Amino acid sequence: MELVLAISIGVLAGSGIWLLLRPRSFQVIIGLSLLSYAVNLFIFSMGGLKSDAAPILEQGVDVSTYADPVPQALVLTAIVIGFAMTALFLVVLLAARGLTGTDHVDGRER
Amino acid sequence: MFEHASLLFLVLLPFLGSIVVAFLPTRARGIAAAISGIVAIALTALAVLSYGDVAGERVLRSELQWLPQLGLNVIIRMDGLSWLFTTMIASIGGLVVLYARYYMSAKDPVPRFFALLLAFMGAMLGMVLSGNLIQLVLFWELTSIFSFLLIGYWHQNAAARDGARMALVITGTGGLALFAGMLLLGHMVGSFDLDVVLASGDIVRTHPLYTPTLVLILLAAFTKSAQFPFHFWLPRAMAAPTPVSAYLHSATMVKAGVFLLALLWPVLAGTPIWFWIVTYVGLATLLLGAYSAIFQQDLKGVLAYSTVSHLGLIVTLLGMSTPLALVAAVFHIANHATFKASLFMAAGIIDHETGTRDIRRLGGLARFMPATATLAIVASAAMAGVPLLNGFLSKEMFFSETALRNPIPFVDVSLPVVAIIAGAFAVTYSLRFILKVFFGPPSTDLDRTPHEPPALMRRPIEILVLACLLVGIIPAITIGPFLATAVSSVLGPDLPYYSLAVWHGLNMPLLMSVVALGGGVLLYVLLRPYLARGIDGPPFIAHLAGPRIFERLLILLSVKWAKSLERLLGTRRLQPQLAILVAVAILAAVTPTLAGVGPLRFSFAGVEPGLVLVWIVGMACAVGAATQAKYHRLAALMLMGGAGLATSVTFVWYSAPDLALTQLLVEVVTTILILLGLRWLPKRFEDAGIDPLRKFSPRRLRDLALAIMAGAGMALLSYAVMTRDAPDGIARFFLDNAYSEGGGRNVVNVILVDFRGFDTLGEITVLGIVALTTYALLRRFRPAADSIPRPEQQRIQSEVEVERADHEEGTILSDFLFVPAVIMRWLFPAIVTLAAFLLLRGHDLPGGGFIAGITMAIGFILQYLAGGTRWVEDRLRILPVYWIAAGLLLALATGAGAWLFGVPFLTTYFQYADLPVLGRLPVASALLFDLGVFVLVVGATVLILVAIAHQSLRAASPRAKGASGSADASRGAS
Repeated sequence: MELVLAISIGVLAGSGIWLLLRPRSFQVIIGLSLLSYAVNLFIFSMGGLKSDAAPILEQGVDVSTYADPVPQALVLTAIVIGFAMTALFLVVLLAARGLTGTDHVDGRER
Repeated sequence: MFEHASLLFLVLLPFLGSIVVAFLPTRARGIAAAISGIVAIALTALAVLSYGDVAGERVLRSELQWLPQLGLNVIIRMDGLSWLFTTMIASIGGLVVLYARYYMSAKDPVPRFFALLLAFMGAMLGMVLSGNLIQLVLFWELTSIFSFLLIGYWHQNAAARDGARMALVITGTGGLALFAGMLLLGHMVGSFDLDVVLASGDIVRTHPLYTPTLVLILLAAFTKSAQFPFHFWLPRAMAAPTPVSAYLHSATMVKAGVFLLALLWPVLAGTPIWFWIVTYVGLATLLLGAYSAIFQQDLKGVLAYSTVSHLGLIVTLLGMSTPLALVAAVFHIANHATFKASLFMAAGIIDHETGTRDIRRLGGLARFMPATATLAIVASAAMAGVPLLNGFLSKEMFFSETALRNPIPFVDVSLPVVAIIAGAFAVTYSLRFILKVFFGPPSTDLDRTPHEPPALMRRPIEILVLACLLVGIIPAITIGPFLATAVSSVLGPDLPYYSLAVWHGLNMPLLMSVVALGGGVLLYVLLRPYLARGIDGPPFIAHLAGPRIFERLLILLSVKWAKSLERLLGTRRLQPQLAILVAVAILAAVTPTLAGVGPLRFSFAGVEPGLVLVWIVGMACAVGAATQAKYHRLAALMLMGGAGLATSVTFVWYSAPDLALTQLLVEVVTTILILLGLRWLPKRFEDAGIDPLRKFSPRRLRDLALAIMAGAGMALLSYAVMTRDAPDGIARFFLDNAYSEGGGRNVVNVILVDFRGFDTLGEITVLGIVALTTYALLRRFRPAADSIPRPEQQRIQSEVEVERADHEEGTILSDFLFVPAVIMRWLFPAIVTLAAFLLLRGHDLPGGGFIAGITMAIGFILQYLAGGTRWVEDRLRILPVYWIAAGLLLALATGAGAWLFGVPFLTTYFQYADLPVLGRLPVASALLFDLGVFVLVVGATVLILVAIAHQSLRAASPRAKGASGSADASRGAS
């Protein structure tokens, strides 16, 4: 299963990077979101993939069987910050579009 | 105990005074001066009272814990030397305050002046009273910064700005060198405690790092004390108000450098390298300063170069490394401070009364202001080293030191010869100062008739000149014991024999004095024809202008090189920049893996068909989004959501319910957010006529290659990571302790609100800041005009409404989506309940502040979707900014609450309690913290979405309709 997930991360990252390099700000915003999915999944996968082992403690269960909570905590905050980043970027995008009259990332058509 | 308090007070009082004065109204000249005066008097009194504690080589110390782990404490330390400086700084500071009260014009913002002056005084006191090397550097830098502000006080004046900048750049550079030098010194000794350092001279002088350390520290002292070749900032700093010059260039700023040399004298002095560098830099400065002073046409210029030269004299003495030379240096520091401060003040009075400082225009002033003239003449005589004045005594000591036989012929000759020449120069410029300004024909082209200044303005000069006389006539009584105290703290108990008397009999130094005096008078007579021509600047060396070289260097560094570097490497286009970034990132990731990532076992073991299907869809969505984002934004947004859902499913699958929930909810909010923005993006249609070959342009191919490389790299990297056994990280600690220490079963949530609560606090702060930023940006900027016309359905409906008399415009539209709207409204309480549920159970089960917060925000947004912005805001006043503030404050207060129980910030307290209806719940302070997170997340999310939603309202309002988008935007930005 690791292979499938790794390929998925690769495709997400590749699509994200492609969009990141495009000239239109909307493409960049979508690209950043795709890239953050890839990075979040990557960080998450560092703890190893375990099914049915959510780190919700129950009595009498050996702690080594739980999934690693640390990457989860990191990714949780990353998701929220990612949202904030998207929002800020969207507003900058709209403001730039309003000021310059174009949605090109350089603020002018070439 | 009294000593500790008084030491602390000595450093804190000026800063406190500064803050108080800074808040006075701009015109409160009298009050500002009174407060500053009281502070200076209090400081002087404190300094005088603590004399008993430092006399006889005792050291007063007060220590406050700072970073005990690093062996760094705030140490305030007073010995004899720092006592002398403290007294000088405080008392001359007080006189300068009194003088400035009359000097400063009521039109200037005088409280700012006094606030800066007091802050500078505090920085100086902090520096001389530092008992710790790092602390000393800190205050040293503060003196640079405050002197910059003081010199540039008349910032409307270009010369003041330039002079201030030059002083800051040069002394600031020295400060950096000092920091490096002090770090090295501390490293050699193994402690930053000054007392330890002072006792470790032998270790330091034999250490291999001695030379670099010495050079760095000397660089700092020479820049600060205006030694050649860094002397040129000091005359430029004369653009400051005269009280500032009187203070900075007599007793304080420039004395910081010689103070440092005297302070570290027991540690650093005595080696050949010290002798050669310090003595000869000092000697060069002495000669150069005295020579240049003769040819200045600005009163303050004469005094500035004379200051440079006297500093050179002190540095020369310090360089000689003999105990007697040190005594002379410390003595001359005090003497120079008194006569130079009074001379600056006199120059200020002349400037004030005549309107000019140009020596060529001045003359015969003794007739108009006899008292001031007398005072200035006495002070100038002290500067020239005339007997019965304090300057004579220390100069005599200097002469006798230079006259000592030295085995090296060069030293044996150069020292006394240069000393006599410079002494003669000093006589010449002092004589010129007196004769040109106060005698001779009275000037005719002055703006006003000069007269005596207010008596109180003259008072500081009188006190200082009296001091010059007293020290000059009865030195053994007036300065003797204090000098001995100051010197003994540097030299230790075995003071060399020296006698403070006016008459030592006919000896070598007296002979040198006589030669210097006679030579000076003769030189003046010889130079009179040349000086009468009124040429500004010294002959022969005028082209060696330090300032010009400095300016050129500055322009070269900060303009020319910067510009060529920008031309070479810069581009205004973002795409190539991003491409380079991505390429570098790929390289950075590839380089360490070149050595091999170990065996990769490709296997399809454990493949879950369900998840594979999900990811086939997910990958298709991602690629679809990538290809559609240009022409089909809505489709791309939906496809991006698809990829997000696949991510969310993966989180569920692999035991991360919290993540899955968060991802799902954020996905919803992000989609709404971007949907709100879509209407303002320009239309773009796939053009059939476009050249199909453009799809394969080199740039696109390059980007595609980069994207594929990055994707493949990420895939490989994640595969390599995932197929390796995870190292036994810190996960176990959290799993073991989450329940016993944090009182929660949901480990992820316990990490967020308890173990790593500080991170979360930072994160919600960022979230709040982002929300406020979007809000602020949208208040200022207006988006472009709608690029998409109203949908046909809406247009037809409103046409019908306009035609039919019984309908108002917009009524049919409000019934649009009626059934879903009712459902959404009814869902609101359910969503609020769900959010509360998610919040409360978060500590034990999936949920928590973030998740509950976004849920709640979605509840609000649904109301906006259902009823429209106006409908909601008529009924429900959500004040998201207050939510943000409340959330942040609650989280902070919870964290700070831990202090009440004497435990560190954000320590959690918890207890399980049986609550009615809800059952057994953890009542942890972490819950309160999580509540703060919840409230803030609600506020931030709602604020962002509503701020964007409001743009639609604004665009639709009649006021904005007429104006075009660009005009709107430019008005917003203006």
